[in-house]
Amino acid sequence: MTTKPHISRKRRPGAGRKPGSTKYGEPTRVIRLPESLHRQALALLAARNAPKLGADIADIAVPHPNTPLFERPLFLSQVAAGFPSPADDHIEQRLDLNQYMIQHDAATYFVRVKGDSMLEAGIRDNDVLVVDRSVPARVGCIVVAVVNGELTVKTLSRTRAGQPLLVPANANYAALEIKEGMSFEVWGVVTGLVRKFK
Amino acid sequence: MSPQVIALVDCNNFYVSCERVFNPKLANRPVVVLSNNDGCAVARSNEVKALGVKMGTPWFKLKELARQQGIVACSSNYALYADMSNRVMSILAQFSPCQEVYSIDECFLDFSGIPKNNLALYGAEIKERVRQWTGLPVCVGIGASKTLAKLANHIAKKHLQFGGVCDLGAMTAGERDQWLSELGVGEVWGVGGRLTPKLAELGIRSVLDLKRAAPALLRSRFSVMMEKTNRELNGIVCIEMEEITPPRKQIVSSRSFGVPVSDLQSIEESVALYVRRATEKLRHQKSCAGAVQVVIRTSPFNPAVPYYGNSITLSLPTPTDDTSQIIKVALCGLARIYRAGFQYQKAGVMLSEIMPASAIQPELFSGQGDGRSKVLMDVMDGLNRKLGRGTVHSAREGFTQPWKMKQEHKSPCYTTRWDELPEAVA
Repeated sequence: MTTKPHISRKRRPGAGRKPGSTKYGEPTRVIRLPESLHRQALALLAARNAPKLGADIADIAVPHPNTPLFERPLFLSQVAAGFPSPADDHIEQRLDLNQYMIQHDAATYFVRVKGDSMLEAGIRDNDVLVVDRSVPARVGCIVVAVVNGELTVKTLSRTRAGQPLLVPANANYAALEIKEGMSFEVWGVVTGLVRKFK
Repeated sequence: MSPQVIALVDCNNFYVSCERVFNPKLANRPVVVLSNNDGCAVARSNEVKALGVKMGTPWFKLKELARQQGIVACSSNYALYADMSNRVMSILAQFSPCQEVYSIDECFLDFSGIPKNNLALYGAEIKERVRQWTGLPVCVGIGASKTLAKLANHIAKKHLQFGGVCDLGAMTAGERDQWLSELGVGEVWGVGGRLTPKLAELGIRSVLDLKRAAPALLRSRFSVMMEKTNRELNGIVCIEMEEITPPRKQIVSSRSFGVPVSDLQSIEESVALYVRRATEKLRHQKSCAGAVQVVIRTSPFNPAVPYYGNSITLSLPTPTDDTSQIIKVALCGLARIYRAGFQYQKAGVMLSEIMPASAIQPELFSGQGDGRSKVLMDVMDGLNRKLGRGTVHSAREGFTQPWKMKQEHKSPCYTTRWDELPEAVA
């Protein structure tokens, strides 16, 4: 069984907007004013409500310095009303250079290049190499190697006798054959390069 | 349930090995890493251990030997060690679904369920993977409990015939007991030097003696921990794997000064710096502190000048993680214990009564509720993470910081700063 709710038409004390709860902080009154004065009246009110200098510091939005670039809201259109953006379904994450350059995070190191012996391989002085230690070094790889305690970048090759050979990419430099008694180790394989122009 | 199998993976001479990865010239040379302020040896290469240098030897006592033997000293480079540690731990996580990071250079892995005859092979694979990916040498110890895994690791380190991987579970009971009989009881996890003489009174000298002792006796003479250790040695798991490290209950930040300091302002600057470091850690674990302690002291080793040391603990009006609020309170405390006319050598702060930030009751009358402090701290932490430690700090820390510690032999932050990358000759 259903009963129709009783609706009182009497005035209920305390109902409705509380006095002084407007943005002006005091009771307000409805008036009619000539069309020609409408703008002036609005300007007057706006000036009255403008915050004093210095009182609005807390309102300045501070960008979070550590927000990664790709952390963007996944929905562009506002929820309020209207036709949703037809692109919403197609939004993907922003591209991340780390993801592009690095396959094995825990095994990847950056190494700065000093010298021009690898110019023809596109490696210039001061470039930053992306070095992945987890990649097995094969003949033909550009590697960072340790020779007698120094890190050096060269192309890994082999002599006919099977000895490791470090080949530069610049006619002004000679290849370095690793002979008995030299300490030699491949430190990591160069998988990429980073260069800033500015 | 099948019996548990636990592995302990531990990096060999971790700090020294980290230095060697990026500075291959240090290979096969005697190397020590010194504690903060270049105080004493906190890591030693095998070559240095062979010279009989003990852990914790002060550097000034080593200088003569270092000159004779060509020992290379490195100041500690914790930014580098922490990054290398993270790399090692994430590699090790690939080998087991259950990992407990126990310290900066060691972790437990749960090997339960991996076919038994493969374990040594699996350990060798782990060792090779870490070496290849990071250049760091590790040893793997395997046993039926954490305590046994620790001992197995110790055996793998000391006895080269194991090739860095020792599986106590693969041995016969006789072989295992033979190894345990050769180890002093002090090598057991959690026993240590202090209890060793007390155990010797009961005739317990080797690990095997402890394994064979009566649990009830151990419990009555020592504690329930000693009884647990005994059971662990017998392959009964009493200490479970803890995958999540509980948030710290206290956070300490303290350093020695580079030179003795007597003026209040320098000490204030250092205390402000330590508060910032401690509150950074506090916010990182999403906690607030309820109290701060300030400690200052002069050198206890110099009989020529009078000694003074004091500390004071102040509770904070509301538990907080706000650096500037805690600095304010800490400096009030410092002013109360500071005495002019002394040559101070060390200052420190300790945050305590630490609780989760989410559990804080905001106080009725304090102005914390507006969230501005949180925004400021977030911005500060973010900038320091992005642009390097200490980029933004409280002005109370001062700017020239003449009191700052000595780090005369520090290697570059090879993996965490763009301007300090390792260089390769092309």
